[in-house]
Amino acid sequence: MKTTQTIAAIATAMTDSGIGIVRISGPEAFDVIDRIYKGKKKISEQPSHTVHYGWIKDGEDTIDEVLVMIMRGPHSYTGEDTIEINCHGGVYVVKKILETVIKNGARTAEPGEFTKRAFLNGKMDLSRAEAVIDVIHAKNKYALKNSVSQLRGAVQKKIGKIREEILYHTAYIESALDDPEHISLDGYGEKLVDKLDELLKTLQKLMKDADNGRMIQEGIRTVIIGKPNAGKSSLLNALVGEERAIVTDIEGTTRDVLEESIQLNGISLNIVDTAGIRKTEDIVEKIGVNKAKDQMQDADLVIFVVDASRELDENDFEIIRMIREKKAVVLLNKSDLETKISKEELKQYLDKPMIEISAKEEEGIHELETILKDMFFQGEITFNDEIYITNIRQKEALGKAYESLQRVKDSVEAGMPEDFYTIDLMDAYEALGNITGETIGEDLVNEIFSKFCMGK
Amino acid sequence: MKYSANSVWENKDVYDVAVIGAGHAGCEAALACARLGMRTIVFTVSMESVAMMPCNPNIGGTSKGHLVREVDALGGEMGKIIDQTFIQSKMLNRSKGPAVHSLRAQADKARYSTAMRMVLENQENLDIKQTEVTEILTEEGKVTGVRIVSGAVYPCRAVILCTGTYLKARCIYGDVSLETGPNGLQAATHLTDCLKNLGIRMYRFKTGTPARIDRNSIDFSKMEEQKGDEYVTPFSFTTDPESIQREQVSCWLTYTNERTHEIIRNNLDRSPLFSGMIEGTGPRYCPSIEDKIVKFADKDRHQVFIEPEGESTTEMYIGGMSSSLPEDVQYEMYRSVPGLEHAKIMRNAYAIEYDCIDARQLYPTLEFREIEGLYSAGQFNGSSGYEEAAAQGLIAGINAALKMKGGEQIVLDRSQAYIGVLIDDLVTKESHEPYRMMTSRAEYRLLLRQDNADQRLTKIGYEIGLIPQERYERLLEKEKQIASEIERVEHVNVGTSEAVQNLLKQYGSTPLSSGSTIAELIRRPELSYEILAPIDPQRPNVSHETSEQININIKYDGYIKRQMRQVEQFKKMEKKRIPEDIDYDKVKSLRIEAVQKLKEQRPVSIGQASRISGVSPADISVLLVYLESIR
Repeated sequence: MKTTQTIAAIATAMTDSGIGIVRISGPEAFDVIDRIYKGKKKISEQPSHTVHYGWIKDGEDTIDEVLVMIMRGPHSYTGEDTIEINCHGGVYVVKKILETVIKNGARTAEPGEFTKRAFLNGKMDLSRAEAVIDVIHAKNKYALKNSVSQLRGAVQKKIGKIREEILYHTAYIESALDDPEHISLDGYGEKLVDKLDELLKTLQKLMKDADNGRMIQEGIRTVIIGKPNAGKSSLLNALVGEERAIVTDIEGTTRDVLEESIQLNGISLNIVDTAGIRKTEDIVEKIGVNKAKDQMQDADLVIFVVDASRELDENDFEIIRMIREKKAVVLLNKSDLETKISKEELKQYLDKPMIEISAKEEEGIHELETILKDMFFQGEITFNDEIYITNIRQKEALGKAYESLQRVKDSVEAGMPEDFYTIDLMDAYEALGNITGETIGEDLVNEIFSKFCMGK
Repeated sequence: MKYSANSVWENKDVYDVAVIGAGHAGCEAALACARLGMRTIVFTVSMESVAMMPCNPNIGGTSKGHLVREVDALGGEMGKIIDQTFIQSKMLNRSKGPAVHSLRAQADKARYSTAMRMVLENQENLDIKQTEVTEILTEEGKVTGVRIVSGAVYPCRAVILCTGTYLKARCIYGDVSLETGPNGLQAATHLTDCLKNLGIRMYRFKTGTPARIDRNSIDFSKMEEQKGDEYVTPFSFTTDPESIQREQVSCWLTYTNERTHEIIRNNLDRSPLFSGMIEGTGPRYCPSIEDKIVKFADKDRHQVFIEPEGESTTEMYIGGMSSSLPEDVQYEMYRSVPGLEHAKIMRNAYAIEYDCIDARQLYPTLEFREIEGLYSAGQFNGSSGYEEAAAQGLIAGINAALKMKGGEQIVLDRSQAYIGVLIDDLVTKESHEPYRMMTSRAEYRLLLRQDNADQRLTKIGYEIGLIPQERYERLLEKEKQIASEIERVEHVNVGTSEAVQNLLKQYGSTPLSSGSTIAELIRRPELSYEILAPIDPQRPNVSHETSEQININIKYDGYIKRQMRQVEQFKKMEKKRIPEDIDYDKVKSLRIEAVQKLKEQRPVSIGQASRISGVSPADISVLLVYLESIR
């Protein structure tokens, strides 16, 4: 089977250590590398199974010093022409190289797609089919969960709004094309251009957000947990450095879940502050408590805040039970007050790193940072690299949508007939749908019938 | 051979194919079968209803015009008959892109019907019989014949169901409910039960038609006249355009107003649609006037088109005002429209309910999955419209014949024809209303134009045996000329001579600063192949049809190429067949919803599977790997 599209992905784990590998596979793999590789020789003219030293460039900017490995199909993992770019590790550099590869003609691989291609190209024993299916299944499940759940609510809403507008205008044009005697398109092009300018601006802003990592919550999912009024929100504020969570001394203030991303010595933590865990009859608070428990299940790291000025109670013990199997750090908070619990006492119940802090006075915060850093670099806490891929995939989709809308504008300005607009409008609609996990289906036809009165 | 213990009489004429129904689907199906050498019989409840047009008096329109062209390109009849019997013709959307240009003709209904009937009557291998078919006879899941109302049995090897809106039909307006087919014709009451006994899942759909008003009672001075095109384009690729330039009749445009709407609103409680008397699902694309007023309450007026039903009648069709309101409300409502103040209603508007099938029980060949030799087409399959019916009828007829001959049946895909989109949608997607063709349903519509239907399909029609050698050769000649002329203009350079610059100036086009090819100039929106004739002296003599193809192919080259690339991807997935006996329960890791949908639908290809709602791209990947592993 010949697969026409060329795909790329990061083939190594996304940590700050070691080397990173970006893999490209498909008929245009050599075209892509020739566009971005600067070295002594042109890669496409080199024999298979050789390694070349050089630089990856994005236009004029040099991104990294690399080794490029060539494997011509069918003698490669996927059976297609394959390029592997070995670069200095580092999340930023690897990501940047993948983005450059995407910009130059490849598309991000679907979850498990390399393996799928290898299999379909006969590079794997048939007996491994089940294993291949498992890989696709598992990776998809993860990617799906991430691509949508990692998307910030506000971003999702914004994209939803853009899609709605695109669909409305497409449906208007289409209903006029289907029923020209009832619906007129006179002067519609100009109106559309105004709308397009607005949408293009919003998309541009979203792309910038994506660049700054503000679109999805990249990083280690860290959940702060503790019984009510243990000082969780104060801790978040101390870490973030601003009054992000509302802090009061009334128990049960944080009834929902707050989220914040912070950078600690180059590690990004995606911190979730939760409602205090306690048995409660208050319905709103109960929802918050359940949410907190869910968040904890998904977390890469749990920060358990214990109020050292009070005795351990049943709420603390419930938390201890829940986090036994998780990566966690325990903070004995309120060291500024008279303490009723000691590290030693707590160690009997829970074997996790422990620090005494005062979130209010911001004491012990530095120690916490050091512990987190150590845990990360010793590989105790990691996170799945699919998140990074997700972000790149989403950026790619935003870029596609932007280009498509720009093409609509060009078509209007070039005096093309209206039926050409909708081709690109629907392309943009589809690209954005990939971000929010929605497909087209019967959207357009339904919109036509629900919004516009067709004749006969 | 014995077909039933109590058979009264067995017809000794041997038929290969029996077609049930002689509407637009039945006519095409029967003609295709007979022309492909099958001994064919077509049953109709009334000889007077052959190719009848019980609703609007026109053929074609947006996307429907494409269907007619495609039917013609494959060797069907509809295009030829409407070319003979139109009384007005118009190319819609002429100011838009070529993909949405759509031909629509007003038909003389009576003449259309008669002309088609004559073709059927004079067709070799084809018999027509007026009677009601009551039963499909099968043995071991295979069609063996049909039984008619007298009890007589007609043995045959294949049956094509084209029952339109006749099955258990009920016509309704106000509190009047009549057990009749369209136009008061006899309904077919027995067949549904037989189909249900065969295990076929049925739906109940609804549609409607407006009143017919005596033209002598209409004041046209209060309406806008709607004329046909000055130069008429024929539907059929075989019709010489010069032979059909004739006097045309006019249609008229008027509008509803606030009073009309008030009358309707005040009487909504008497509408069977809102009182719950009608259970069937109606189409969203042609809502009744009461539907429009409820759903689009902010519109202060709706267009009303007054269209003649023919030249030998004074009946006028009131387009845009179909209704099932009671008779007295109909009078009041129509008479509130300017020009219709003294309207005499010759036929009341009515809604009609009928039995049809869930077409997902069919293969894309239009044969039932569970009953060999049983095909179906037209409104019976849940579509609406004469053109949609004809298209399916033609395909069902072709495939029944090909099957009898032991050949491979044809399936047009979504990148080849609107017919492909139509049938794929019907057999793949769940639908709860009559399905109407729309250009927005065709994802590759830039390639599926009405002007190139012959280039897309006539070769297929020729290979099947419905297109004569001579017509096919003419097409090849045309294609050769288009290709060589495009090649030529891509290479002919024009300089910046005064003649060139003057011509450009004349059409408001920017003068050239250096040389350019003719093709580059054609790409400018304000210019065309024809306009550039004066600066292109080596140009051969080409027909209007050919120059149109040159313009389109050069002007929209970028978009066309883009769609062609998409089609390549699409075809790859269509070509991956899924074995009939696949056990989806054995495919590990398919999501439960996907397993359910796939089991229910049993798609024939990975491509079709991917269009089923509830089947995700990951499911498709899993399926691909699974198929490879069991190969």
